[in-house]
Amino acid sequence: MNAPLRRAGVVVMVLFGLLFANLNWVQAYKADDYRTSPYNARVQVDEYNRPRGVIEVGGKALAENKATDGELKYLRTYPFKSQFAHVIGYKPVNLGATGIEQAEDEFLAGTSDRLFADRFRDMFTGEDTAGGNVVLTLSLRAQDAAIKGLANNDVGSTRGAAVAIDPNTGAIQALVSMPSFDPNPLASHDTKAAQAAYDKLNADKQGPLKNRALSEVLPPGSTFKVIDSAAALESGYQLNTRIPAGPTYTPPTSGSPIRNSSSGICPESQVTLIQALTESCNTGFARLAVELGANKIKEKAKAFGFETTDLKVGNLDGGGLTVAASRTGDIQNPDGSEDKAALAQSGIGQNNVRMTPLQGAMIAATIANGGERMRPYLVQQLLGPDRRTIGTASPKKINNPITGDVAADLQQMMVSVVENGTGRRAQIDGFTVGGKTGTAQDGDDPKDHGWFIGFVLKDGQPISAVCVLLERAGESGGSSAAAEIGGQIMQAVIRDRGAD
Amino acid sequence: MTAPAVPAPTPATTGEMPRVRESSGRRNAELALLLFVMLLVLAYAATVEATALDTITSDFWVPVALVAGVFLGLHVVIRFLAPYADPAIVPAVALLNGLGVAFLRRIDLAFADANERADLPIFSGVGGRQLAWTLIAVVLAAGLLIIVRDHRAVSRYAYTLGLVGIVLVMIPAVLPGKFSEINGAKLWIKFGGFQIQPGEFAKLALVSFFAYYLVRKREVLSLASRRFLGIDFPRGRDLGPVVAVWLLSLLVLVFEKDLGTALLYFGMFVVILYVATERVSWLIIGLLLFFGGAFLAYTLGASVGGPFANFYQRAEIWLDPFADPYADGFQMVQSLLGLGTGGLFGAGPGGGQPNKIPLVVSDFVFAGLGEEIGLFGLSALLVVYLLIVERGLRAGLAVRDSFGKLVAGGLAFTLGLQVFVIVGGVTGLIPLTGQTTPFLSAGGSSLMANWLIIAMLLRISDAAGRPVTGATGGRAGGPGGGGPPAQLHGAPTEVIRS
Repeated sequence: MNAPLRRAGVVVMVLFGLLFANLNWVQAYKADDYRTSPYNARVQVDEYNRPRGVIEVGGKALAENKATDGELKYLRTYPFKSQFAHVIGYKPVNLGATGIEQAEDEFLAGTSDRLFADRFRDMFTGEDTAGGNVVLTLSLRAQDAAIKGLANNDVGSTRGAAVAIDPNTGAIQALVSMPSFDPNPLASHDTKAAQAAYDKLNADKQGPLKNRALSEVLPPGSTFKVIDSAAALESGYQLNTRIPAGPTYTPPTSGSPIRNSSSGICPESQVTLIQALTESCNTGFARLAVELGANKIKEKAKAFGFETTDLKVGNLDGGGLTVAASRTGDIQNPDGSEDKAALAQSGIGQNNVRMTPLQGAMIAATIANGGERMRPYLVQQLLGPDRRTIGTASPKKINNPITGDVAADLQQMMVSVVENGTGRRAQIDGFTVGGKTGTAQDGDDPKDHGWFIGFVLKDGQPISAVCVLLERAGESGGSSAAAEIGGQIMQAVIRDRGAD
Repeated sequence: MTAPAVPAPTPATTGEMPRVRESSGRRNAELALLLFVMLLVLAYAATVEATALDTITSDFWVPVALVAGVFLGLHVVIRFLAPYADPAIVPAVALLNGLGVAFLRRIDLAFADANERADLPIFSGVGGRQLAWTLIAVVLAAGLLIIVRDHRAVSRYAYTLGLVGIVLVMIPAVLPGKFSEINGAKLWIKFGGFQIQPGEFAKLALVSFFAYYLVRKREVLSLASRRFLGIDFPRGRDLGPVVAVWLLSLLVLVFEKDLGTALLYFGMFVVILYVATERVSWLIIGLLLFFGGAFLAYTLGASVGGPFANFYQRAEIWLDPFADPYADGFQMVQSLLGLGTGGLFGAGPGGGQPNKIPLVVSDFVFAGLGEEIGLFGLSALLVVYLLIVERGLRAGLAVRDSFGKLVAGGLAFTLGLQVFVIVGGVTGLIPLTGQTTPFLSAGGSSLMANWLIIAMLLRISDAAGRPVTGATGGRAGGPGGGGPPAQLHGAPTEVIRS
């Protein structure tokens, strides 16, 4: 009987060996997965044991904490409710954070390497390291003006976006997407209520959770004519170079004619370049695009930031909110040759051309900034828990899509648009305002998108550049309403800076 | 057993001396180990309070001192009544039991109101109850050592024990749910505020019965068999009674939905049968039946449902616990997350959040401990369990009678299998079946039954360690407790030649 007993002993050893091996798998190999699993409530309890850093603008907290009696000691609150929702995002208990809450999560949570010294100190003092604070570049006034402008637009658009950028630095002054949402219920400690709130927002057909300023790509319409103009000026055209126009233009290979938006616009066979932009002459720019060729247009658009897939709006570490890529689309026949009909349509921002509002603002900012395109960013400063400065954003140039001379010419053309042409409603007394409106057809929908991109200068120095989009704004008027909102936002920036 | 303890046919006086020295040496080792182990538990309890309360209360040592006291009492009983017993078993069990009491108190601290934590009474909460049960269980173990002076005496009551085993298993099944059901499992006898799980005690009774019966029949079982498919099958009438008892208990357990215990009894029976007959074919049949049964239950659970649905669900959870992390898979997911959070070193006693794991005081006690003592701590616990099991098997190897071999082997193996089933379950190695983790889980029945098993193993290891006096094994002894105890009755337990 001893032999089988010994074997039973071996069997027990093998069974325990299996237990041991599996325990190694669970506690060593998979440990990190489990430790940081979103299902692991321990992570949350630890995380909520110390106050998360504050996200602030102009000394006001946009995201702060409230002490609770519950197991999770701090509740994240957003006192401005929907006003900054798309920028700040929210920090839910069970799911991943969004917006700045996500982009700066490590710093806000106090686990960033930048806060190592603080943690090291607190290890000895026994305190729980609070998270670091994040100061944003936003202007409270500009943000407010953008929200009010978008919400009270006179063309009945319920969806839209607005972005304002400091052309000198790339610092974002306003970033609004409409409709917005209140992030507070999403951060509730009652995870079922939070989930229900999320489900409701997610199911909303208006898409309030979507950040239209960064992730919506729509046909830019006539605002794209600025790109054509830049390409033309670089190819030797002058402001007063006369370009062919006329009431209709039928591209060489296709039967569908391109018309101007009204018969009063450039009916003459030739107009100057500056006149064409001022009046937003469709036939003129369609012919110009065909004249210049698809490659020149696409190249110029690319230099201005089209086709960029990895742009993120955040601090200078490179992280942040992902920006959808703007595209010029294919402008060729199936055999690879240039599709002139498509090219003519693309030249006036239709066909497959798609742009984000941020991209629109960056085009205006680049022109206002003498041709230097700056990286857009949202985080101005990182402060330690004791409000010691830990990092400050340093502006960074991405490239020079155009020379200073071309930029100056484009400025002049765009100022003409606001002073004499379609963008009159953007005017600001005492300041030089330039811009370009756009009305874009999207599919068969009779309601067009209204666009405005523009900038404001004081003594030749840029103060702000904006892009305003009103989705499905109506058959006409959308773009001039957008221009008015753009003007209001820029005015708010001026007042915020005390420049008036 | 060619024990060199008796060097030569020397005069009686010198013959006595080495034996006494040897047994007292073992007992002193046991005492030293026991004190060391209790110091470990004391350090654990202190760390728990320092971490969870930020202070160490003035009476943190009281629970540890109480269990240490009763363990020392058991040690004294062993010193007099089982002087040759294996000295490693009691300290090993004491470590597990002591840690269990301290850990359950730690869970009580986690659930107590913040301002009442420091004043938690010694006998309150799950930890306090476990402390009380420990005292009772150890006294019971000592009682068994006092009453049963020779393990072979047990075989005289084998049939009675078999019957008792069956009755114990069946009581909850026949009792109305009001008196037997807790959390959907019908495993209890409840009266007033008191509850007991009779099935826990059936293990000891059934092993004794199986062992006795198979010892009687082993010759016939291994010789008078018919060959079929290359495997030797014994005649039905030889195997009938044990198979009947075994099947009956298995059926009851399946309908009580206590799959873990059913699996345990199955393994227990197969191993005893294998050890008794020394035929590998039993193992093969056992394994085929097991895997076939598991597969059948899984497929039936998937298609028919009914009594198999539970098994199917558990298998599904095992295959992917994260498929439904907040409902079906919740327990498993939380267990794995707890273990993973513990990592290599653990969060430290009192430093984790084991209260996040459901059923952490019973089924998932191992995962709860794992979060705080880490991979290294759990590995040490596994080694302690392995030590107890292998020491039990060794007692079976060393003891001279077949009944003792089968009882020790059966009990030790079943203990090991139980640890495997529950620890494998909570760590995701095998599907989870509800079981207590011996000596760690909260529960009086489990604690008492397991301590009785330990007492039985101690008794057998004492018989094994007792040097042979006289010319040939077995009969010599006499009054005064010198040699092996005389055969207390005429049960035909043979001395094995191995």
